[in-house]
Amino acid sequence: MSARDRILAKLKAANAAPAALPDVAGWYATHRVQEDAVAKTKRFRQCIELAHAETYAVSRGGWLQKLWEVLSAKQIGNLLVAPGTAHGARAQAELPALGIACPAYDQPIENWKEAMFRDTPAAFTSARAAIAETGTLILWPDANEPRLMSLVPPVHIVLLDTAHIYNTFYEAMRQEGWASGLPTNALLISGPSKTADIQQTLAYGAHGPKELVVLLIGDEQ
Amino acid sequence: MTPHTLQFMPSAGFRARSKAVVDNPFLRQSFRGAMDFLMSKRAAQFPDTEELESLRTLGESIRQYNLAKLPTLLEQLEANLTRNGIQLHWAETPDEANAIILSICQKHSAKLMVKGKSMVSEEIELNHAAEAAGIGALESDMGEYIVQLAGEKPSHIIMPAIHKTKEEIARLFHEKVPGVDYTDNVDALIQIGRNVLREKFREADIGLSGVNFAVAETGTLCLVENEGNGRMCTTAPPVHIAVTGIEKIVEKLEHIPPLLSLLTRSATGQNISTYFNMISSPRKAGEKDGPNEVHLVLLDNGRSQAYADEQLRKTLQCIRCGACMNHCPVYTRIGGHAYGTTYPGPIGKIISPHMLGLEATSSMATASSLCGACGEVCPVKIPIPELLMRLREEAFTAPHANPAMRGQGAGYSRLMTGIWRGWAAVYRSPGLYRMVSWLGSRFGWLMPSNQGAWTTVRVPLRPAPKRLRDMLRERG
Repeated sequence: MSARDRILAKLKAANAAPAALPDVAGWYATHRVQEDAVAKTKRFRQCIELAHAETYAVSRGGWLQKLWEVLSAKQIGNLLVAPGTAHGARAQAELPALGIACPAYDQPIENWKEAMFRDTPAAFTSARAAIAETGTLILWPDANEPRLMSLVPPVHIVLLDTAHIYNTFYEAMRQEGWASGLPTNALLISGPSKTADIQQTLAYGAHGPKELVVLLIGDEQ
Repeated sequence: MTPHTLQFMPSAGFRARSKAVVDNPFLRQSFRGAMDFLMSKRAAQFPDTEELESLRTLGESIRQYNLAKLPTLLEQLEANLTRNGIQLHWAETPDEANAIILSICQKHSAKLMVKGKSMVSEEIELNHAAEAAGIGALESDMGEYIVQLAGEKPSHIIMPAIHKTKEEIARLFHEKVPGVDYTDNVDALIQIGRNVLREKFREADIGLSGVNFAVAETGTLCLVENEGNGRMCTTAPPVHIAVTGIEKIVEKLEHIPPLLSLLTRSATGQNISTYFNMISSPRKAGEKDGPNEVHLVLLDNGRSQAYADEQLRKTLQCIRCGACMNHCPVYTRIGGHAYGTTYPGPIGKIISPHMLGLEATSSMATASSLCGACGEVCPVKIPIPELLMRLREEAFTAPHANPAMRGQGAGYSRLMTGIWRGWAAVYRSPGLYRMVSWLGSRFGWLMPSNQGAWTTVRVPLRPAPKRLRDMLRERG
């Protein structure tokens, strides 16, 4: 008998009585309000800024200008982009003329891991959606926009369409039907990397990005 | 690499270790301050009492629903993980779990394993096993890195280095990290750790992590963290091994948001943690990063014993937030190392006996004031005081056939049982009570001045020369 079979046999022998299915939907319906788009955006910004992120409201056509301003202010001349995405392709097409080099994440990490860890000061990705209640970005990395972009470079800049802000995590996963298909790695990000492991003193940039910048595209702004 | 110097220790040393901390005013102040900080952070996150209570009720029902279906959910999880390309392994004991993990490492000729925070890996003493096999095992959570450098184990499940001051950490880094000058600036210390560990994330052959929740319906492993080291361990190395207890399963993805909210708010008083990482497969064709292999090791290690008993099963509802420790007057005074077990504090007292047997842990259940704070703050309503009473009964009643727990009766003493029986007999019989109390009031002066542990900090117990009934009679 394998360890698997022995463990399962012991658990089954307990004959645990069934328990009622928890009413998660009912709890959220009675304990969380549905806010309008403006209120959700405001709440999202308040929460993620409390978590030490920078946010900027941008227009649908004007985000590249703000991206350039942010990079210039931080004296960053090298931005990792995902050219297989529309925003990555636009950044790569327009930023070099403004003095920002835009190397592409276009090959497996094994071929350039050292450069990623040592010579990549910033990366630019999109967020699939966001959560107002907690000031959280939802990232859905894929072949075009890989996972390490939002983790290794010290500065992570994210483009978010405010039309995709949900009230709660629960609402996001239900409305987007996550239970029927998740990617290799789905991520919730709520600020730059941090730790309070030394004498309960909060410090940013523990292992991941030291700075998180969110460009909020919204017509209402 | 510095080996751990602490191993699971039997309860025989519990009193001595506790006394050492209680006698150290500096450590006591340190724990008091840290626990006050964590308690106020948690309180600030739950301003609405009604919401807190309803969310705790929901959390409890989610854990109980999923535990009731545990064997079925494990099979569903296995099917969906396998479908997703994640390799599942089962281990009954810590040795089996270590053997599985090391065999994966050896298959890949691994030299370095970077570890995200995982209390189960502490439970199985993986670092010892890895180093014995010639594989470096490096803790990458900042607190865990600090205690590993110091040759210690974590003293708290959420804040592993909570017992250390920044000055101690500064000295530690200066002594143990090559080329580092003394600094007690916290930001500078974090940067030192970051720089050391970044190199290791890049070099490591294996990344190891724990699991906060495993979702059966999607075959997904969820990790909660703030630092990003968990994401590094699960993304940068070519192989990711996750290890978790068999109880950390939920059936539905929708069970996660309430539990996550309870976990982060109860643990560190955060609305949400910086990262919530949901891993559902190894790297797929065309993807440019992520591990090529993902493994999950499911560990029993006494959990099935707790599961077999309806009352003890509630122990497995735990989501490892550590709130019970933060609010425990005993933990606050003695700290985590005094317990000598991987899991300290109230949750440690009720889970460790299943892992280590009551022979090694019988005194832990008595180290409680039963004030009820742990039960009141538990986000999933584990009745910890009730379970402590049950464990006292299991540990101190005479051994019998078919016990619910390994080591049942380990603390049993004929003398102690006889004394308590005599006590009960006196209080059940009015005549006997009158006689004993009369004798006590007349011969109380015969009580010894040294009454063991009681008189180390208190005056000796002596019956009053006059009983209450005598005084009332004199008053008429």
